[in-house]
Amino acid sequence: MTTDLSPGSGLRILACAMALAVSACATGAADSEGSETAPARQARALPTGMDAATNLDPYPSTYRGLPRENMAIVGGTVFTGAGQRIENGTVVVTDGKVAAVGDASTPIPSGYRVVNAQGRFVTPGIIDVHSHLGAGPSPGVQGNSDVNEPTNPNTAQVWVEHSVWPQDPGFNAARAGGVTTLHILPGSANLFGGRGVTLRNVPSVTMQGMKFPGAPYTIKMACGENPSRVYGGRNSSPATGMGNMAGYRAGFIAARDYKDKWDRWRETGEGTPPTRNLQNDTLAGVLDGSILVQNHCYRADEMALMIDMSREFGYRITTFHHATEAYKLAPTLAREGICAAMWTGWWGFKMESLDGIEENVALVDAAQGSCAVVHSDDAELIQRLNQEAAAALSAGRRAGLDISEEHAISWITLNAAKAIGIEDQTGSLEVGKRADVVIWSANPFSVYARADQVFIDGGLAFDRFDPAYQPLSDFELGQPGYGQDAAATRQGAR
Amino acid sequence: MKTASLSIKGLLAVAALALATPAVSQETTAITGGRVLTGTSVIENGTVVIRGGRIVSVGTGAAPAGARVIDATGRVVAPGFVAVDSGLGGSEVSSVRGSDDLSNASNTLSAAFDVSWGLDPWSMTLPVARLGGVTRAIVVPNHPGSSGGHAHEQEDMAGAGDGGYHTPGLFAGQASIIHLGPDTRNGGTEIVVQSRVAMVAPFGEAGANVAGGARGAEFVLFRETMAEVRLYARNRSAYDRAGLRDLSLSRADLEALVPVAEGRMPLIVTVHRASDILQVLRLAREEGIKVILDGAEEGWLVADQIAAANVPVLLNPITNLPGNFERRAARMQNAAALETAGVLIAIKGNEGSVHRARETRYNAGNAVSHGLSYPAAIAAITVNPARIFGMEGRFGGLVAGAEADVVVWSGDPLEPLSQPVAIFIQGREQPLTSRPLLLRDRYRDGGEGAMPPAYSR
Repeated sequence: MTTDLSPGSGLRILACAMALAVSACATGAADSEGSETAPARQARALPTGMDAATNLDPYPSTYRGLPRENMAIVGGTVFTGAGQRIENGTVVVTDGKVAAVGDASTPIPSGYRVVNAQGRFVTPGIIDVHSHLGAGPSPGVQGNSDVNEPTNPNTAQVWVEHSVWPQDPGFNAARAGGVTTLHILPGSANLFGGRGVTLRNVPSVTMQGMKFPGAPYTIKMACGENPSRVYGGRNSSPATGMGNMAGYRAGFIAARDYKDKWDRWRETGEGTPPTRNLQNDTLAGVLDGSILVQNHCYRADEMALMIDMSREFGYRITTFHHATEAYKLAPTLAREGICAAMWTGWWGFKMESLDGIEENVALVDAAQGSCAVVHSDDAELIQRLNQEAAAALSAGRRAGLDISEEHAISWITLNAAKAIGIEDQTGSLEVGKRADVVIWSANPFSVYARADQVFIDGGLAFDRFDPAYQPLSDFELGQPGYGQDAAATRQGAR
Repeated sequence: MKTASLSIKGLLAVAALALATPAVSQETTAITGGRVLTGTSVIENGTVVIRGGRIVSVGTGAAPAGARVIDATGRVVAPGFVAVDSGLGGSEVSSVRGSDDLSNASNTLSAAFDVSWGLDPWSMTLPVARLGGVTRAIVVPNHPGSSGGHAHEQEDMAGAGDGGYHTPGLFAGQASIIHLGPDTRNGGTEIVVQSRVAMVAPFGEAGANVAGGARGAEFVLFRETMAEVRLYARNRSAYDRAGLRDLSLSRADLEALVPVAEGRMPLIVTVHRASDILQVLRLAREEGIKVILDGAEEGWLVADQIAAANVPVLLNPITNLPGNFERRAARMQNAAALETAGVLIAIKGNEGSVHRARETRYNAGNAVSHGLSYPAAIAAITVNPARIFGMEGRFGGLVAGAEADVVVWSGDPLEPLSQPVAIFIQGREQPLTSRPLLLRDRYRDGGEGAMPPAYSR
């Protein structure tokens, strides 16, 4: 790709600032940043590609954003994602950023396009923290099966961004459902599945063209039935829950050792550094906090074990995914500052999902300091995350909890952004954030609501009424039904 | 076809009367003041009167004297929903093979497989579906082309292959109709309303795989099978004295297929691709069999042909991605397009309508937001499935004489924000409980009390 490092260099500075070891920032402008105690001597340069720290972002984002104009969305009911509901609200967008959010008296600079949202609802763009779009795309045929690397219980070395096929028609369908940001994860066959990647939901020929600039890397870890079934089925370890735990611990022991050797070499410059190991690079990133743990874990008891293990090795869990039993330890998750990403309606498909309840999200949310998230893990459900949140809200109210819609929208916006470490950039309609905005035809908690317009960084990415803004992937061209209106409607891509 | 349709309906009606009706309360209940969706019409401020397990009247009159009155003012009264293409009562945990009685891999039994024997009135899936307003289900045997299972989790079955999940025959077996109102605490345990109501078979890719890997093999094999069934039916005595040439199916399978070959028992054909749909319609016409299409994601491309053949369709309106090469034209507007063409449609739940049967109402709502009229959406989860399976007038609609499957909703039943506030099945009020709600109540306070949660019930 391009040698322009401008997006990448920003990420490197961010990663260096987050790294615990100051010496992790070995080259370039970042060298002196935050360094109180300078290394005893400068580590000598290694051949290109042999020192992970010299290039933390080798597949950098080339995302540029869609054409945009300054605008004000007026007259709608605004859910800011940060807890406010504003009737007859105004959202001012300048240079792709939210410039102002307020009531009808909010000033609109001259020359701005005015978008009338009267009678409609305005929310931040929807964020799905658990998607396999592109990696497990449609059509789901063998040649496209790129979501799992079930060849070893530890495949921390694989990066799912290298599996993403940007032509997956599912990206377009998700956008028609209001999804502006997605977090793509590898599958759950392995204890360490590999790195996840966060994407802007814009059509692109390349993955890099979708990559969310500056979003932190993540790792997929999987508890439970899937790894033990896959490997136990081959008569190899792990075959049990205890085998799973042993496998994680072995992985972190190796990573600690690797990281320690690198740190020592960077501090002293003596001897020879370890040969770069992609698996341990990723796990060392977990240990230094630069790579966020996204932990597939259904059962409450297993989540508690994972929390203990994070203390044993000195890392943090950012989010539990699928968290079917999160409601059984909601206060613990809140105290630990761990997000839980959940379904509302899915349960019973395997033993670890047996105790799934519709109230899970609401009960997790009720704990002080919680971070409840609704996720999809599914190419169809991702199109209706607003409805999944509505069902969760409904179950919570049935249980007697007093939950407002302006709060519940955070389950698929601001909390979701927190769960993948991008809440400083998106997830709410607050001044300075990216202008990721959905205008809904009706209250998004209604089954009848459709995303009328979807803006990403202030650029119109989807318009339900204008075929010019209903992108089709290359795969969809010329296929059966192509160019034909179903039921005499042109409302939306599929 | 028309005659066959009438005759089966008549047959079922007789069977229905013959079924022993469990003892039911003779108390009269009147549900008043609500917006009544009968399945075919809307009555504002309506009154539904129930007695003896049946609906006595649906109208606008006052409650009869002495009746127990349920005030549904500001609420919506609807027929219980009918889940089609469902696995309710036949499977507890999808991945636990021993808890699943919906699929059969016997070498000597395919068409004769009868799911009714394995349906469990104590299944924990029933109360969950009921809380989604589902009061009846058409339970179908599973086959490789069925909609069940968590797709993503199946991808995780890395290396397992598909072979183990395939049934060996062209036919998955026979479907049953159940109701979801077993009163297992009071001795009432029967949930089967009618067994062997339809034969089930996969076509398209799944059917081709069963037949050897190509569609051209399955259609030929199917016709050959029908010929053998007819040969058998004409020569039962020869078969019994071993005077008939070897037939490829077991006697039980041959016997089970006789009503299909004679057009008396409908064949539920799971099929997706438009071209396959046309071939199935042709097959049905040429063989004189009665079919119900299941899936039909590309149905909108051939909606007029389906309508002309007078063939009903069971569909999931939210299936809109080209999941494989059979569904490249899948669209959210499929339901609306088929309805416009005059096709009789029924809307399904998700993942085989077992654990997610309760989402049937949301699927109907999504069909509305993509062009289906609201009355058509309600009909597609109430009276249409009853009609398709020959049960119109018995359940699926609020009409005098029907069994009283009635749900009072806090609001529009297609909206997630609405919940049932009262559920009657065959006139018996159902508890608004389920195992998941017991779990909810055990942990609603965070599970951090002085005593472990296990001490709460």
